[in-house]
Amino acid sequence: MEPAVTFEDVGLTYRISSGARLVSLKAWAIQHLRGQGVKWSTVHALDDVNLEVDRGEALGIIGHNGAGKSTLLRVAGGILAPSRGRAVIRGRIAPVIELGIGFEYELTGLENIFFNGALLGRSSREMRARVDEIVSFAELGDYIDQPLRTYSTGMVARLAFAVATTVDADILLLDEVLSVGDEQFKHKCLDRIRDFRQRGVTILFVSHDLDSVASLCDRAAWLAGGRLVKAGDAAEVVQEYTVSMEARG
Amino acid sequence: MAGAAYPVLENSAPRGIDPFGELRDLLRSGDLLRSLVWRDLTVRYKRSVIGFFWTMLNPLLLMIIFTIIFSAVFRFAGVQHYEIYFLSEYLVFNFFMQTTTQSMASLQWNGMMMKRVRVPKTIFSLSTAGSGLVNLLLSYVPLFVLMLLRGVPIRATVLFLPVAFLIIAMFTVGVSWVLSALAVFFDDVVHMWGVAVFGIMYMTPVIYPIEIIPQRWLWIIRVNPLTHLFKLARDPVYGGSLPAPHIFWSSLAVGLVTMVVGWLLYQRMARHFHHYL
Repeated sequence: MEPAVTFEDVGLTYRISSGARLVSLKAWAIQHLRGQGVKWSTVHALDDVNLEVDRGEALGIIGHNGAGKSTLLRVAGGILAPSRGRAVIRGRIAPVIELGIGFEYELTGLENIFFNGALLGRSSREMRARVDEIVSFAELGDYIDQPLRTYSTGMVARLAFAVATTVDADILLLDEVLSVGDEQFKHKCLDRIRDFRQRGVTILFVSHDLDSVASLCDRAAWLAGGRLVKAGDAAEVVQEYTVSMEARG
Repeated sequence: MAGAAYPVLENSAPRGIDPFGELRDLLRSGDLLRSLVWRDLTVRYKRSVIGFFWTMLNPLLLMIIFTIIFSAVFRFAGVQHYEIYFLSEYLVFNFFMQTTTQSMASLQWNGMMMKRVRVPKTIFSLSTAGSGLVNLLLSYVPLFVLMLLRGVPIRATVLFLPVAFLIIAMFTVGVSWVLSALAVFFDDVVHMWGVAVFGIMYMTPVIYPIEIIPQRWLWIIRVNPLTHLFKLARDPVYGGSLPAPHIFWSSLAVGLVTMVVGWLLYQRMARHFHHYL
C-alpha cells in the first residue's frame, strides 16, 4: 500500500536580506541604482528530509525550537511549498496546526465556525452538517450565538479545537495543540485523538511533550537544524533524543 | 482496497508559475470567497450602529459637499445637475480607489493566514473587490432616489450598468493584485498609491467636465484609458446613452488585459511571499 505521506528530498530555504531589512521601494531602488543589488543570506528551515508515513500510522516529530518541525508539518499540509524536492500527501488533510485562524471577535461563535471552516477548506454544506456536533463538543450551549469577544480564553480554545477536529479526514496534522484549555478539556482532546487513531487516521504530531509522543505514536522523527537525525520506533527515538539532550547538559 | 479514492496532493518546489493550478484552486474555493466577502461586510457593519445604511449615507454626504463646492464656489458652465454628473462616475471611481487601497491592507493582514492555512493566494484581492461591489450596488440606491427627486430621468440604459461594473471590476482587481503583492515587499507602496490615486482622479474627468480642459492638454485626457473606462458607468445614468462600440471593446480589452497581467505578476511575486510575511 502506498504511504499516506511521503517526503522526498524536501528542502526549504528562507532568504534574508543582510543588513537592514529592505522595507521600502525607495531604499530598494537606491541600492540598485548604486549597483549594489541586494545581498541575501539563506536559512535552511528544512534540508534534505526523506520520510514516509504509512497509512494509519502515528508519527511524532520532535526536536528543539527552530529544528523545522512546524515547517515540515506546513509542507505536509500544502501551506508552504518546498524549495527543493516534493511531498506527496494521499488523503484528506485536517490541519490542526494553529487554532482559531481568522477568528473574528465581533462575530458570534456560530458565524466563526462557518468562517473558520471555510478557511480550512471545508464546504459550507459540510459545515452545516457538522455544526451541532461542533457546538456540543465545544460545550458552549447558548453562548454560541454571542459574539466571540464575550468568551473566555478557554471557550475560544475549545471552539477552535472543536472546529479543527470535527471533520472526516484521512490525515491529521497536529501541532502542539494539547496545551489548550483546562485539564478536563485536555483529556477530551486526547480522547478525540485516540479516536482518530482507532479509525485508522494517519497522524503527524509535533510536540515538545516527549511522554505523549512515546505513548501516542508508533514512530518518531527527530529533527535538528532542518535535517532528519533519526526516524524509527517512537520509544527508541525519544530515548535517544533524551540522552543527547542530557549529554548537552 | 479503498486506496484509489484518496485525493492526492503533490507539494513540490514551484517551477515557474502555474496559473492553471491556481485557477483550479480558485474555482474550488467558491465557499471561501463567499465567506471572506460576508466576513468583510458583517464585521464592518456590526461595528456601526446604522449598519448598512452607512454605505448609502456616505456618498450622499460626499455629494452634498461636492455639490456645494462645485455649484456654489467653483462653477462648471454647462453642466446640468452637477450632483448626478459627479456621482454617476465618482461611485465607480470610489470603488476602484477603495478596493485597490484595501486590498493592500487586506493582504498584509491576511498574509498571516496564508502561512497558516492552504488558500489560493489570489483570493484576497477578489474578496476585497467582492465586498466593494456589494457596497457599490448599495450606493446606487441614494443616487437613483436623488435622480427621482431632482427630476432627472432614469432611462433603460441603466441596464448596461452591470456590464460596466464587470469591466471596471476586472481592471480594479488586476491593479489590486499588482499593488497588494508589491506592498508585501515594500511598505511604502501603500503611501505612494495614496498619492497616486489622487493624481489619477484629477487626470480623469471624474469631478470636472472634460470641456474645461484646455485644448492643448486634451489629448492626455483622451489617451487616458481610465477616462473611457469609468465613463462606461456615467453615460448610461447621466446622459442616458450607451458607449460607442469602439469605446466598449477597447475598455473591455483594457479590463481583461489588466486582469490577466495582474494575475500573472501576482503569482510571480507570490512565490517569494514566505520570505516576507
